[in-house]
Amino acid sequence: MNWAAIRSIYLYEMSRFFRTLLQSFVSPVISTSLYFVVFGAAIGSRIDQVEGVSYGAFIVPGLVMLTVMTQAISNASFGIYFPKFIGTIYELLSAPINFLEIVIGYVGAAATKALFIGIIILITSFFFVDITIQHPLAMVAFLVLTCISFALLGFIIGIWAKNFEQLQLVPLLIVTPLVFLGGSFYSISMLPPFWQGVSMFNPVVYLVSGFRWAFFGLSDVPVLASLGAIALFTGICVGVIGLIFKTGWRIRE
Amino acid sequence: MSAILQVRGLRKAYANGFEALKGVDLDIEEGEIIALLGPNGAGKTTLISTICGITTATSGNVTVGGHDIETDFRAARSMIGLVPQEINLEPFETVVNTVRFSRGLFGLPRKDKIVETVLRQLSLWDKKDNQVKELSGGMKRRVLIAKALAHEPRVLFLDEPTAGVDVELRKDMWDIVATLKQSGVTIILTTHYIEEAEAIADRVGVINKGELLLVEDKTALMARMGKKELAVQITAPIDTIPELLASYDLTLSENGKTLTYTYDTRAERTGITSLLSAMSEAGLQLSDVETRQSSLEEIFVGLVHDGKDAA
Ligand SMILES: Nc1ncnc2c1ncn2[C@@H]1O[C@H](COP(=O)(O)OP(=O)(O)OP(=O)(O)O)[C@@H](O)[C@H]1O
Ligand SMILES: [Mg+2]
Repeated sequence: MNWAAIRSIYLYEMSRFFRTLLQSFVSPVISTSLYFVVFGAAIGSRIDQVEGVSYGAFIVPGLVMLTVMTQAISNASFGIYFPKFIGTIYELLSAPINFLEIVIGYVGAAATKALFIGIIILITSFFFVDITIQHPLAMVAFLVLTCISFALLGFIIGIWAKNFEQLQLVPLLIVTPLVFLGGSFYSISMLPPFWQGVSMFNPVVYLVSGFRWAFFGLSDVPVLASLGAIALFTGICVGVIGLIFKTGWRIRE
Repeated sequence: MSAILQVRGLRKAYANGFEALKGVDLDIEEGEIIALLGPNGAGKTTLISTICGITTATSGNVTVGGHDIETDFRAARSMIGLVPQEINLEPFETVVNTVRFSRGLFGLPRKDKIVETVLRQLSLWDKKDNQVKELSGGMKRRVLIAKALAHEPRVLFLDEPTAGVDVELRKDMWDIVATLKQSGVTIILTTHYIEEAEAIADRVGVINKGELLLVEDKTALMARMGKKELAVQITAPIDTIPELLASYDLTLSENGKTLTYTYDTRAERTGITSLLSAMSEAGLQLSDVETRQSSLEEIFVGLVHDGKDAA
């Protein structure tokens, strides 16, 4: 393993992030605050509690997940698409590094950025609602795993995309609906039985549920199922990336 | 001495089935400068890309310093610096950062001294904190070279380093290449400019349609392939070439005062002696005689043209 090269890629990507630190933080903070105003205050005042938790607090884990997932995907997909687009990818391909090292560098940086933003949102939410985190370690583990697995997915999208439209297509058409229908703002048990069944095919449900369990000790699906789902999801992404590596698909054609 | 770069039976077919390299064999000695000439689409960039790991070969093998580019890619690529044909640079990055990044990608510790040396060598030191987008085209090209040199490669590929560069900068570029050669770097460059190959290369390779037509010592090539012209000035202008001289390959200039004889230096008999005596027999008064060696360009055009005829 060429760790020095991985470090270079990672730090280079992070420096881009820190250069635009304010932008990187301001927009998620503003949108989170808006979510709190709309969902927490306006709607939440009519739904007083979900399974014993105030609605404002109930949506915090979902909100953090929503942002972390979309941020991880967009950071990672853009991170690898950009060098492809402007042609600087030649440098990565001609350096004495393998694909795995490239993945670690880019995915690591994208996951870190998403994690930063996730934490910022969590901190912001403390200003709006009272929350205690019952299982802090599990909370961190779910958060970190989600950052990594969605950054992996983003990386795949960035490799696959041939233009900017495609880069936004998957997040827009697949990920956003899955995330919104993944129980970020409601408990799956609030749905009619049929839609509860359908929801079980949505991987995001498992992630949000596990994450929420870490906060409040209540979940839509068993915690182990959540862990299993995130492991499976990560495994699939790693498998696909391995396949890309082997075939050189859309990179070394 | 074994070759620092060895290419054997290299083939490359792109995904669409197009065969851009049709079995290339090439040996490059350490410390030499070799110029690859060829028309657009000949396969020069493909050859370089395949050696450097940008694309994968369909078959054949390549070693750099004895290291196979596939099985031992880390050792092989560590020796190579690549300056691509296109100006691929991140516009918002500063010059010094992008050069540092290139060095880091090779897993080398950050050494600002080396980065400084490279930037000074390319006259970029005073621009080190500028963003790439603030540089002129020629400067950007030099940034690309600086990036390629940041990890102190033994072998440097320059894909059309002087395309779109003015005459002065082109001379600068030649100086840079000469300096690099002195420090022992092996240089493979591609170019469309014959005079460039003539000016700086030790050997010249000609590629056309994915095939390496020849690789030869520059001077030997010119001597071997060279056609010479003998221009004979006559005092009294003539309208047509005299009957007596019909068997010679002669052309008459517009003003009727210059007869040009093209002959092959490779031939056993050039026919000059008999031509001159035939001229005096025909009653022509000679005022001046001059010979001219054909340039690489003519050799090159001739080769590529013959290749087309054969295809
Ligand atoms: N990615 C690709 N897919 C399909 N064909 C390609 C691809 N890249 C290059 N080619 C084809 O391969 C041939 C050789 O291209 P290459 O870029 O190697 O030429 P070149 O000698 O560098 O030309 P130039 O002097 O214009 O730079 C061309 O016919 C080109 O169209
Ligand atoms: Mg080219």
